[in-house]
Amino acid sequence: MTFLKIRDIVHHYGKSRGAALDGVGLDIGENEFFTLLGPSGCGKTTLLRILAGFELPVQGEIALEGDPLLRVPPWERPVNTVFQNYALFPHLSILRNVTFGLKMRGVPKSERHARAREALQLVRLTDYLDRRPAELSGGQQQRVALARALACKPKLLLLDEPLSALDYKLRKEMQGELKRLQVETATTFVFVTHDQEEALAMSDRIAVMNGGRIEQIGTPTEIYNRPCTRFVAGFIGESNIFEAVPDAQDMLRLADGTQLGISNAQVCQVVIRPEAISIDPQGAMQGRIDELVFTGAATRLSIDLEGGLGRAFVNAPGALASTLAQDQIVRLAIDPRQVAVITP
Amino acid sequence: MSRSAYNPANRLRRYVQTLPAVLVIALLMGLPMVMMGFVSIVERAPDGGVHWGEFTLRAYSNFLFEESLMGGVELNTDYVTIYIRSFVLSGLTVVGTLLIAFPAALFIALQPQERRNFYIFLISIPFWVNLLVRNYAWILLLRTNGLIDQALIGSGIISEPLDLLYTDIAVAIGLIYSFLPLMVMPLYAALEKFDFSLVEAAFDLGANRIKTLFYVIIPGVRPGIVAGSILVFIPGLGAYVTPALLGGSKSMMIGNLIENQFGAARDWPFGAALSFVLLIVVALAASARILFGGKEKHL
Repeated sequence: MTFLKIRDIVHHYGKSRGAALDGVGLDIGENEFFTLLGPSGCGKTTLLRILAGFELPVQGEIALEGDPLLRVPPWERPVNTVFQNYALFPHLSILRNVTFGLKMRGVPKSERHARAREALQLVRLTDYLDRRPAELSGGQQQRVALARALACKPKLLLLDEPLSALDYKLRKEMQGELKRLQVETATTFVFVTHDQEEALAMSDRIAVMNGGRIEQIGTPTEIYNRPCTRFVAGFIGESNIFEAVPDAQDMLRLADGTQLGISNAQVCQVVIRPEAISIDPQGAMQGRIDELVFTGAATRLSIDLEGGLGRAFVNAPGALASTLAQDQIVRLAIDPRQVAVITP
Repeated sequence: MSRSAYNPANRLRRYVQTLPAVLVIALLMGLPMVMMGFVSIVERAPDGGVHWGEFTLRAYSNFLFEESLMGGVELNTDYVTIYIRSFVLSGLTVVGTLLIAFPAALFIALQPQERRNFYIFLISIPFWVNLLVRNYAWILLLRTNGLIDQALIGSGIISEPLDLLYTDIAVAIGLIYSFLPLMVMPLYAALEKFDFSLVEAAFDLGANRIKTLFYVIIPGVRPGIVAGSILVFIPGLGAYVTPALLGGSKSMMIGNLIENQFGAARDWPFGAALSFVLLIVVALAASARILFGGKEKHL
């Protein structure tokens, strides 16, 4: 039995506006760290709100462990949410914030405190329990919000861009924390983000969403290495997209005749990541370096390719980059193992 | 900038700048109070007014005691009864306005931004009509065989007129009606600032609608509830027009009693003393709140 089954969800806010969700279906397994990834307005937050019970979709079905979920009010769902703005109760102390969910569910007082402290220990917050949320830093509030949701021991924990308000360093740190919490508590996490790096770093599986639909579902490596659509290729990481035409042997070639070593009978598009293209004197393609951008670990080259291919982005390691200059003509080789065919 | 604020020259300037406000309060609030305080401790003149310089505490003793026919002194609870009735009616008014105003304010606060001002405008319309006129309208509604009686008899709910007018109930209805906007405004101001994502958080944590109301929304808008209650309770104690028109002689409130002393009874010192008793009771209640209510903030 599928742990969480989502089928054919359609939803829109008011009839005049377009569909926020347009036939979304997916399965999420138990103890999975599942991420909904997409640009703002893609419907990922709407889907999360439907799971939490704040929105009732116009159409569709959701079942948690086989039980229909949609008609259950949010306060009776074994689901808890970590909100983007944390939504901590400003009039309650940290401890009371964390015990709130237990109190509402009628857990006796002594057990409440024990479970709250346990949850707070889990998120490594053991001080300031008498303080109000406003007296804590953003990172600490984040931990309280996590503890408050985890204290209820939900079957499903929903996280709505919980790291977006934190600074870069803290965000990195919390990514690791979240993954650790998910494993330690053995809870299913559904995580919403627009940050592809975050999604790739933490998820067991990712659903890439666009315009109210799911573009692709897969593990981070699948999503990155084998994007199925142009949108996924463009949204996650940097990518070079070329048209490829099959030759007489049904092997794909680029417009300049470069062999890709992939058999396909149809004209299609291929995605080649910048790191799959290397500067190689024996390479089949040739181009002129238009721009060099130093990005730290590597230098990103923008190359005008010959043979009507257009432009390609290539990552050159530091040592090599120092020997290159603008307007230099270089030869390029493609690693055929890292070429993905996409539906146009 | 913060250093110049503590500069002595600046401090002097700030005192000078507050002078107009201090003068307004001293002349328009302080002086009349002192005058009334003085009036309350001198002898009355039989034709109204007072004999300045003849000091007596008779007005204050009259509040609780009266001279009996035999020449002794007896306890008289008539005035205390009026005070108690005033406090009870004001308290009922607070409860009544709160029950009606909270859903109304919540409704307005949940409307789209552009529609809220319209509803606030609707709430404030009664203020544009004279209080007397509005209370006369209630006489038409409440009087025996008035509109309410006719409607209820006509629909078969009652068979006899209710005789609502000139009762405490009529006064309570009138007061609740009159002071309703004063409760809606501060409640709306608090609810408008309330973060309704907390309601979703409460739902998410297992609180149903009722629990969310009592554990999250009401604590969140408590300052508005306190402000509205004070705005209704204090003027309610001194209400004059509504009990005069709807209450008749049996439902007299403090305001009517005081008016009576300065008017028909021509006993200015007693009227002034009655005002001061009210002032002292309210001041004691307010300071008790500050003294004992302060602890809750740190809970």
